[in-house]
Amino acid sequence: MSIVIDRTKPLFEGPEWDYDKLKLVYEACGEIAVGELGLDIYPVQIEVITSEQMLDAYASVGLPLMYRHWSFGKRFAYNEAMYRKGLQGLAYEIVINSNPCLCYIMEENSMTMQTLVIAHAAYGHNHFFKNNYLFQQWTDASGILDYLAFARDYVMKCEEKYGIPRVERVLDAAHALMDQSVNRYARRKVNFADEQQRETDRHEHAERTYNDLWRTVPTPDAIKRLDTDAAQKLHNEAARRMGLPEENILYFLEKHAPSLEAWERELCRIVRNIAQYYYPQKQTKMINEGCATFTHYEIMQRLHEQGLLNDGTMLEFLHSHTSVVFQPEYDDPRYSGINPYALGYAMMADIKRICLDPTDEDREWFPDFAGNGDPYGTLRTAWANYRDESFILQYMSPALMRQFRLFRVHDDAAVPHMKVDAIHDAAGYRELRSALARSYDLSRREPDIQVADVDMAGDRVLVLKHAVNAGILLDDKTCQSVLRQVQELWGYGVKLIEVNAMTDETLKTHEAPPRKREKKSA
Amino acid sequence: MNIVDRRPNPKGKSLGNRRRFIERARAEVKGAVLDALRKRKISEIDGSETVSIPTRGIDEPSFHQASSGGDRYYVVPGNKHHIVGDQIDRPRGGGGGRGSGEAADGGEGKDAFEFTLTREEFLDLFFEDLELPDLVKKKLSHAQAPELSRAGYAVNGNPANLALVRTMRNSMARRISLKRPKQEVLDALEAEILALQEAGRDKEAHVALERLETLRRRSKAIPYFDPIDMRYNRFERTPKPNVQAVMFCLMDVSGSMTERMKDLAKRFFMLLHIFLVRRYKTVDIVFIRHTSTAQEVDEDTFFYSRETGGTVVSTALAEMKRLVAERYPLDAWNIYAAQASDGDNFGADSGHCIALLSELLPACQYFAYIEVSETPDGFSDRRSERTDLWRSYAEVAPAHKNFAMRRVGDPSHIFPVFHDLFARDKAQAS
Repeated sequence: MSIVIDRTKPLFEGPEWDYDKLKLVYEACGEIAVGELGLDIYPVQIEVITSEQMLDAYASVGLPLMYRHWSFGKRFAYNEAMYRKGLQGLAYEIVINSNPCLCYIMEENSMTMQTLVIAHAAYGHNHFFKNNYLFQQWTDASGILDYLAFARDYVMKCEEKYGIPRVERVLDAAHALMDQSVNRYARRKVNFADEQQRETDRHEHAERTYNDLWRTVPTPDAIKRLDTDAAQKLHNEAARRMGLPEENILYFLEKHAPSLEAWERELCRIVRNIAQYYYPQKQTKMINEGCATFTHYEIMQRLHEQGLLNDGTMLEFLHSHTSVVFQPEYDDPRYSGINPYALGYAMMADIKRICLDPTDEDREWFPDFAGNGDPYGTLRTAWANYRDESFILQYMSPALMRQFRLFRVHDDAAVPHMKVDAIHDAAGYRELRSALARSYDLSRREPDIQVADVDMAGDRVLVLKHAVNAGILLDDKTCQSVLRQVQELWGYGVKLIEVNAMTDETLKTHEAPPRKREKKSA
Repeated sequence: MNIVDRRPNPKGKSLGNRRRFIERARAEVKGAVLDALRKRKISEIDGSETVSIPTRGIDEPSFHQASSGGDRYYVVPGNKHHIVGDQIDRPRGGGGGRGSGEAADGGEGKDAFEFTLTREEFLDLFFEDLELPDLVKKKLSHAQAPELSRAGYAVNGNPANLALVRTMRNSMARRISLKRPKQEVLDALEAEILALQEAGRDKEAHVALERLETLRRRSKAIPYFDPIDMRYNRFERTPKPNVQAVMFCLMDVSGSMTERMKDLAKRFFMLLHIFLVRRYKTVDIVFIRHTSTAQEVDEDTFFYSRETGGTVVSTALAEMKRLVAERYPLDAWNIYAAQASDGDNFGADSGHCIALLSELLPACQYFAYIEVSETPDGFSDRRSERTDLWRSYAEVAPAHKNFAMRRVGDPSHIFPVFHDLFARDKAQAS
C-alpha cells in the first residue's frame, strides 16, 4: 500500500502527531532525500518511546540492549537528576547504526520535531552509517543487535554461574581499557554472527593458547645459564609469538593473560567488540552530525518551498535548528569547545556554496569541485570517504575560517604565556586548518598506549608503553587507577612507561605492584 | 518503514543497574543517609531523600592525557582582536577549554552528583544496621493499604456504584418541576378522547386530541431519566488507623551524654516513630529534656543544644505526667514513651522515679527505656555494677508487660527493645 502525498495542502497542521502523519512525512522526506539529494539508506524502523525510556537508552550508551552493569545505573541516576532539575534536556532522537536502522523518537515531541527527527536521523545519519568507509570497514550493522543480545545473555549467565562481584570485577577493568582496545590499523571487520559461533569452542581454544605459551617459558634458573645472546633470542621469540607490540590491550589480555578463565576472556572480548563498534562513531562525530544536520535542513527547506510545511512549522523548526548549530565564541561562558553540529553544518553549507557560486578564492583552493554545479554529489563523496580529521583537512575553506573567526593559540608549558600564532588571514589559513584537523585526530586526542613487553622469564611484569607526543603526559591519578585495573586482569605486576615518541627517551614510569589475588572458589 | 510503539514496554529497564549502582556506592550512599538522619526531623524519617555523593568510590577511570603541561595548540572560534604574536595569560584550571566538555564521563574532576533515593531505598539503608527482622522491615516499609470509605455522592462513576434512590429522587424532582405529564394523565386523556369520539362529540374530541399531542411531545422532550439525574456512591481512600498517639521522647542532656550517645538515642526515637506512624493516623511527638530540671523543647533544641547541670530523672517523668494530664486525655490518645539516658541519676532520686513510673505505666501503651553507652561493648565490664537508674527501673519492670528496658551500645542493639512490641502486634494480627 503506497502512500499518496496530497500536494495541495501542508502535510500536517498543529503539534499533534499520529502514525499516519509520521508515515506521510517519512514518504515526503524520502522523495527529497533519495530523489534530490541522492541518499542511499538502510530500511528504517521508527520506535516511539517515552522520556523515561529515553533516559534508559542514555544510560546504556544509546544501545537498545545492553548487559547489566552498575556504571549504567550511575549514568542513569546522573542524567535523571539533571533532567528532573531541568539542567539538561533530552535528545530528540537516538539512532542506532544497525540494519534496519533504528530511530527512537520521543512521544512528547511535536509533529514538527518528529519531522525534523525523521529527516535528521532516518535519512541523514542513516545514509552516513551506510556509506561512510569507516562504518563499512569496521562495523557490521546487520549483526549488532543480535550480538548485543548475545552479550547480554552471556553476561547474565556468567553472573548466575560465578556471581555478580566477579563478573563486575572483570567488566570494570575491561571498561577502563575500552579506549585502548580497538584495532586502529588492521582492518579486521567484526562479524558478529561468527562471534557467537566461535564462543562455543572458545574454552578449548583458550586453554590451548594458555598452555602452549606458558609451557615454553624457561625458569629463571635456566635463563641464568644461557648467555645473553640466547636469552635475547628467547625473549624475541616469545614477543613474536604474542604479537608484541600490541595496540589493542584487551585483545592482548584476552589472548595472553595467564590467569584468566575462559569466561573472563570472553567478557574482555565483548567489551572490546563494543568499543570497536563505537570507534568509527568517535572519529566521525562532526562529519556525521554535519551530514544529518545538513540533510534535515535541505529537506525541511524543500518541503516548505513545495508548500508541504506551513510557516508556523517552519518557524518552530528554524528555532530548533538555530539552537542546534549555535557556536558560542571562545570567551562566552557557554563555550565548551567547537560544536560539532555547528562546524559540520557550516562546512557542508559552505561546500554547497562553493559548488554553486564560487569566488576566485574558492576556485584557487578547491579546483576539483568549485563551481561544478553538483553540491550533493560532492557532499556524498565527502560523506563516504572522510572522517572528521581528513574532512577538515580537505574541505575547510578560508571563507569558513573567517566566518568562525578561528585562531590558533600555542600553549607551551615551558613558556609563561600562551601565544596566538595563527589567525584567519592569508598567512594562517593552512596552519589553522591543519591544527584544527589534528585536534580531531583520535590518535592525538587519546593517549597512544600499547603493550610493549612481558618479562616472562622473570616476574611476568606486563609493560605498557605510552608514546608521548609534544610532551603531553598521562593524567597521574587516573593512570594509577587504570593500572590497578589492568593488573586485575593480568594477575601480575604492571608497569607503564611514558616515552618520548620521537626520541624514545623515558619520561616517566608508573607501576602497579603485583597483588595477592584472593583464592578463587572452584 | 516500520513504526513500533515501544511505550508499553516494561518500564524501569535501568532499575537493575540502578540497584547495582547503589550497591556499589553503598559506603557513600550510606554515609549520606546517616548524614540525612542527623539532619532530619524524627517525623520526616519516612520519605525519599536526595543524596549527594562524591564520585570517589564509583569512578570509572580511563587513561587520559593530563590537562596541562607539554606543548599544545588550541584552535578556537570567535577571534575579536587578536593578531599573530599576541600573548595571552593562561586560563586558570588547565587548558584552553578544548575537549573539556568531553571528559564528563571520565570520572575525574567531576563534582559530586545528586540523585534521589526512593522511600524504600532510603528505609532499607536506614534499617540496615538496626538489624530488623525481614518481616518487620517489610511491615514498616510497605506502603499502607488505604481503606475505602463512603464519602457522599458523585455525578460520575461506574454503573456498579449507581446510587439508585438518589438518582430516582433527582429524576422525579426534575420531572415534576418541568411538568412532564404523568403516564396516568395521558392514559386518562386517551380514554376521554375515546369516550368523546364514541359519543360523536368530534369537535371536543379534536381539541382533546390536540392536547394529547402536546402532552406526548412534552413527555418525549423531557426524558424520564437524564444524565443530570445520575448519582453514584463515592468512595474515598482513607488510611485505616484513625486513632491518635503521642510519643514522648525523654532524654538526659547533661554533659555526660556525648554526640554518639545522642545519635543512638535519635535512631531509637526514629524507629519508634516509624512504627507508630504505621499504626496511628496522627502521631504527636513531645520532646522532654532534663538535667536537674526538665522542660518541653522543640526537636532542634532537644538534640543539639548543650546543657550543663546535674541529673535528676524524676523531673522528666513528672513533666511527662503533667503534660499527659493537661493535653492528652487517655480516652483519645495512645501514649508511648521512650527514654534515653546514660544511666546517671542523682542518688536520692531513684525512689521518686519508681513512684512516678508506677503511676505512668498503667497509662502508657508502651514505655521503652534505653541506656546508651559510648562504645559498642561499653557495658561488659560494668555488668556487675548496674547504674542507679537501671537498678531502680529493674524493680518496676517485672510488674509491667508494657515496659521494656535495654542497654544499647550499637545501632544493632536497638531493635530488640521493640521486640516485644512487634511480637504483640503480630499476635494480634493472626
